[in-house]
Amino acid sequence: MHERTAGTVELRIPCRAEWVAVARLAVAAVAHRLNFSIEDIEDIKLAVAEACTNCILHATGSQQIEITCETHEDGLTVHVRDFGSGAAVENIRSAVHAEPQVGGLGVFLIRSLMDSVNYDVDPKRGTSLVMTKKVYD
Amino acid sequence: MDIKVNIREARGHAYVVELSGEIDVYTSPKVKDAITELIDQGHYNLVINLEKVRYIDSTGLGVLIGGLKRVREHGGSVNLVCTNPQIRKIFDITGLVKIFGIFDDEESAMKALV
Repeated sequence: MHERTAGTVELRIPCRAEWVAVARLAVAAVAHRLNFSIEDIEDIKLAVAEACTNCILHATGSQQIEITCETHEDGLTVHVRDFGSGAAVENIRSAVHAEPQVGGLGVFLIRSLMDSVNYDVDPKRGTSLVMTKKVYD
Repeated sequence: MDIKVNIREARGHAYVVELSGEIDVYTSPKVKDAITELIDQGHYNLVINLEKVRYIDSTGLGVLIGGLKRVREHGGSVNLVCTNPQIRKIFDITGLVKIFGIFDDEESAMKALV
């Protein structure tokens, strides 16, 4: 068991598809440090990867993605920020309907897998996503 | 991080697409190309084996949905083989368990093809 202490881990990756794996593995390492279960770590990995993927697909003009992990006693807060012209977060789907759609599942998955999720979309500054996962002993 | 795609013909004009590795925004175009090529060749009954897939994200799900929609236009179907509980969970959360036939082994998935 690792001691659960407050801290901040920051990572910047190029806003390109081949770098998403680096982001999800780095955040998984932080989550492991907080003694999350394997299942929770997988949830966090996927949520972070979906957030980065949204930046790559929708943040026009962003060269970088900034990922900040804040560890605390209760768990983990991850900020994912791009510097593009904004993602269409309003296109969130609540479920798969009778006719399946090819895209648009990413934000739905993030909301399903994390305990809290907040978006701040600013066309001038980019999109910022803050998501939290609580750890249970 | 990479994805390996192995395609083989099975009985009854069905094809098995065996994937191994991780399917994400970087690797999913390779999977999409393989499935698209099969469908373009007129193969509309597919089993996609995810047993060796360690990770899949929404772009990977999108590729599977896209393939399913295309084969359905020709009266075909796509069945999945998936035993990884984390990946099964993603299909459950998204409701895709209602759209795809998901099986524990290739034999069952083949038998259930239309």
